[in-house]
Amino acid sequence: MTGNAGPPAIVEIEAVTKIYKLGDVEVQALRGVSLAVQPGEFVAIMGASGSGKSTLMNILGCLDKPTAGEFRLDGHAISTLDSDGLARIRNRTLGFVFQSFNLLSRTTALENVELPLLYADVPGAERHKRAREALQRVGLGERLHHHPNQMSGGQQQRVAIARALVTQPKVILADEPTGNLDSETSIEVMLLFQDLWRAGITILLVTHEPDIAGFADRVIMMKDGRVRSDKRQQPEDARQALARAVAQREQEHQREASGA
Amino acid sequence: MTGLQTIRIAGKALMRNKLRSFLTALGIIIGVGAVIAMVAIGDGAKAMVEKSFSAMGSNLLIIMSGTTTAGGAHGGFGSMPTLTWDDMVAIQREVTSVQYVAPQLRSTAQLITEEQNWTTSVTGTTPDYFQVRSWPIAAGANFSQSDIDGATKVVVLGQTVVERLFGPNADPIGQLVRVRNIPFQVVGVLSRKGQSPTGQDFDDNAFIPSTTFMSKIQGGLKKYLQGSIMANARSAADTSRAQRQITALLRERHNLQKGVEDDFSIRNLAEMANAQQEGTKTLTTLLASIAAVSLLVGGVGIMNIMLVSVTERTREIGLRMAVGARRFDILTQFLIEALTLSIAGGVIGVAAGLATAKQLASQFNWPLLIRPQIMVIAVGFSAVVGIGFGLYPARKASRLDPIEALRFE
Repeated sequence: MTGNAGPPAIVEIEAVTKIYKLGDVEVQALRGVSLAVQPGEFVAIMGASGSGKSTLMNILGCLDKPTAGEFRLDGHAISTLDSDGLARIRNRTLGFVFQSFNLLSRTTALENVELPLLYADVPGAERHKRAREALQRVGLGERLHHHPNQMSGGQQQRVAIARALVTQPKVILADEPTGNLDSETSIEVMLLFQDLWRAGITILLVTHEPDIAGFADRVIMMKDGRVRSDKRQQPEDARQALARAVAQREQEHQREASGA
Repeated sequence: MTGLQTIRIAGKALMRNKLRSFLTALGIIIGVGAVIAMVAIGDGAKAMVEKSFSAMGSNLLIIMSGTTTAGGAHGGFGSMPTLTWDDMVAIQREVTSVQYVAPQLRSTAQLITEEQNWTTSVTGTTPDYFQVRSWPIAAGANFSQSDIDGATKVVVLGQTVVERLFGPNADPIGQLVRVRNIPFQVVGVLSRKGQSPTGQDFDDNAFIPSTTFMSKIQGGLKKYLQGSIMANARSAADTSRAQRQITALLRERHNLQKGVEDDFSIRNLAEMANAQQEGTKTLTTLLASIAAVSLLVGGVGIMNIMLVSVTERTREIGLRMAVGARRFDILTQFLIEALTLSIAGGVIGVAAGLATAKQLASQFNWPLLIRPQIMVIAVGFSAVVGIGFGLYPARKASRLDPIEALRFE
């Protein structure tokens, strides 16, 4: 426990280390990371590959257990849970967004979004309703029955965000969510994250792009398995950034048109 | 997650790869189909054997005269008349497990009508003969005890003889037929009996009273019965007992000392039928076992495809785990996929097996016999195969590390 006043932290890790054994070699991926995230924060975790940010993300996502150290998520002592307990936390408290979307192919957007609710034992009618609402919230109310291969990358990532939202999680974990998207679509997705953040959801986002990290209100730099810096900042407004990007694209378009 | 949802998810996963699912199930389809068809064929063959033996008469015992030995040459059964008419009466009266007894005196004779002639087997017997053989009269009447007492010249004809002499569907009752040039009146026609187990036509036969037979067709000693005695036991279970009782009675009547060979022989039709059925059963078991092996091969096919499927869907498994699937959820999902494949294969296999059995039955002209429990066993067995061979891939899927599964390319 940290001595900070204010609301209790939703994510709290204390002196977490993670050691992988690759054959005879031990790799220290995390060398004592301590971190507290308050509810309603939008945290970007940055760092080069090998800095330990993915390992940290896996631990925060309850997909992996730390070798040593404490991890509390929404009041649960995660280190003490078994695999079913972790599955329950992933289902109820967390929402995941991946770089490669990870949608089920040949499965409609609606069914993809319903997936977490299946494992939460939500009955059919309620499941459809909530999945439809989640898709409407990410602006895909018209594409409920489209398959992933009938959608653009940005739309697919929106379906994935709807899937993360549908269980009404307290924390959304996004691992390079814009890594497979062009810059304008990236800003659109970040706008969506900012909207969710403003609605009160805590967001933890891993990225290696400073532009993307600029949309968060706190940036944590990782290096060699340690937190190198942890700064709060005034987040850039995604709506304005999107307007600028659109204006710039139109200008370039006009210039090309007049030039030709 | 409820069972119904798990089944639905499994069904969807299988429908995504329709051709592959079908080909995987094909192993089970062929296995179950083969088992169903083989058992049906075996049952059909068994029923054929049963039918032809029961055509001989139910629970039938045939008692024949003994052998002669002249200068070291054994004459074979019936070559010496040892059975007497009194023996027959004694069997009827004293052997409780015997229901009906009748003599069977046989000869071959030409039957002549005004237009046709036909050489057939002529049997001299008593009215009970048709009870012994469980052979009802189809038209007219049986001859009676008074016909025996008076040695009247009446004849009961088999269907084949009627067809040959009078044409099909003719009514010969009351007509005259000459047997060895002696006119006989046709009093009855027997129902169709079919073939003996050895292919002999039972319906190619004419029956006359035993007394008439002895006086007009084939003379002989009054005391001895120049043929065999047919007896039927009260039930199938009684045949062996009846055989023992008759043996004891005849040995006593013939004054045979201990150690002396029987001077008669008894054929137990039920025993012959049993022996034949044992053979059929062995064959059926053999065929069904081979078919069952193909079912196991089908199971290996399911395991193979399920393993491929687990590898292909590693990312899907990782994702399901990330959004909250427990290991048990993943295990049941893949297990139910394997089970769905095998049960669907089993059901289709039953249908295919029935169709094959029906085709074969109509081709070989034997009865189509399907035991419902065989279908249940076949589908149940394929379900067991599905679980057995689906368990390993399902366990493999459920034990994947979600991080590595999500990273899998």
